[in-house]
Amino acid sequence: MSDIPTGNAGEKKRFDRDSVRNTLVVAIGLSLVCSVLVASTAVLLKPRQERNEELFRQRIILEVASLMEPGADVSNLFSTIESRMIDLESGEYVDTVDPATFDAGAAAGDPELGVAIPANLDIANIKRRARYAPVFLVRDESGIAQIILPVYGSGLWATMYGYLALENDGVTIAGLRFYDHGETPGLGDQIDRPDWRQIWVGKKIKDPGGDVRIEVIRGVVQAGSISDDSRFQIDGMSGATLTGRGVTNLVRYWTGPHGFGPYLQQFPLSDDAS
Amino acid sequence: MAETRRVLIDPLVDNNPVMLQVLGVCSALAVTTSLMPALIMSVALTSVAALSSAAISSIRGRIPNNIRIIVQMTIIASFVIVTDQLLRAYAFETSKQLSVFVGLIITNCIVLGRAEAFAMKNGVALSFLDGLGNGLGYSAVLIIVATMRELFGAGSLFGYSILPLTSDGGWYQANGLMLLPPSAFFIIGLLIWAVRSWKKEQVERADYQIHAVHRTEVF
Repeated sequence: MSDIPTGNAGEKKRFDRDSVRNTLVVAIGLSLVCSVLVASTAVLLKPRQERNEELFRQRIILEVASLMEPGADVSNLFSTIESRMIDLESGEYVDTVDPATFDAGAAAGDPELGVAIPANLDIANIKRRARYAPVFLVRDESGIAQIILPVYGSGLWATMYGYLALENDGVTIAGLRFYDHGETPGLGDQIDRPDWRQIWVGKKIKDPGGDVRIEVIRGVVQAGSISDDSRFQIDGMSGATLTGRGVTNLVRYWTGPHGFGPYLQQFPLSDDAS
Repeated sequence: MAETRRVLIDPLVDNNPVMLQVLGVCSALAVTTSLMPALIMSVALTSVAALSSAAISSIRGRIPNNIRIIVQMTIIASFVIVTDQLLRAYAFETSKQLSVFVGLIITNCIVLGRAEAFAMKNGVALSFLDGLGNGLGYSAVLIIVATMRELFGAGSLFGYSILPLTSDGGWYQANGLMLLPPSAFFIIGLLIWAVRSWKKEQVERADYQIHAVHRTEVF
């Protein structure tokens, strides 16, 4: 750091914006100002954003159960759905955890509330899951009409989060919708397309023997083929084979023995599946 | 005064960032399938361009030359994040549809281009207007493209049915191609053609010209 002495001592030294000192001052100062700006916006808006996310999830649950009406108030409509917590391993209802505040992601990472999934069972590739899970029950006059399960699993790029609605036989699919995923726009994000979601309605998850058979195949399902596997099969999405495989795996995992399987056993199998 | 007007009005047609400079086309293809996301995207980009140009201009005397691009990017990125957060809080549905494209305003050549080319050399107010003008120029293209795509692709505007679709018992057969990205290319191409037929000075000079050779010249 040697200052070159200027000829005229009285003259004010010219401001040099390319000096190391100024570079550091600008870099550090700017980073501080920008980080405070960004951080304060994020913190101030967080409650509102979380409320939006919550409402969005509630709307997805209503939509997957085909209960959503245009222009209806989501919160009011959602309050007609019963939220319960279950212990995944036993399949029993538990009342110690509040489904409204339960955070499955945080619980999965918690040593007390989460369990590691054995590698051979971890087809959805999620490593750990929470010990408890919420279920959403739609009731009509005759009892439970639909069971809505939260499901998630690895897609091609990121974890896909969604809800799977089952009829009260615990086998027939009433709907599948994702609310968060990172699949390729135009290819994998066809999982959001209404016509593709419609294919799922009425398909069976398990065969009468109890084996989980549901699968997103490659190509188009041949209805009424010899083996009649079509009731377990979903049309593949062109250009999104891996996303389709991810969806297959996560549905199979969550309806299988390590997922909601024990819970679903209490529901009577429908006539054609028993 | 004339200078101020020129800075604001010029980018709308005479020096449009999308049509003349062919910048920001990527997002113009992606967010124009319907009018609502296009409108929100326009507002987002215009405010980011205007505010970041003003902010960069206000400290342009202090920005060291060797880190100026990083400084510009930091300022732009901060405004983009703030905009993204605001959209998520107040326009949640549309922000879901825009997905990554709001975040990608950071890499939008229009914003960085105006910062580097204009804001680094001009006053705060003028830079603000320049950013605003260029944002509006981009918005104009986006809104024209989105209007045509939603109207002819889905028979509606802002989700309200304008041309009743045959699938709902109306008379209009929706043009599915309009909802696919290539249609935005066609519409932007047609717009550029229209503007250049009107404003001849925008037509670039040909790289080379075919010269007619007479037989006698050959020998």
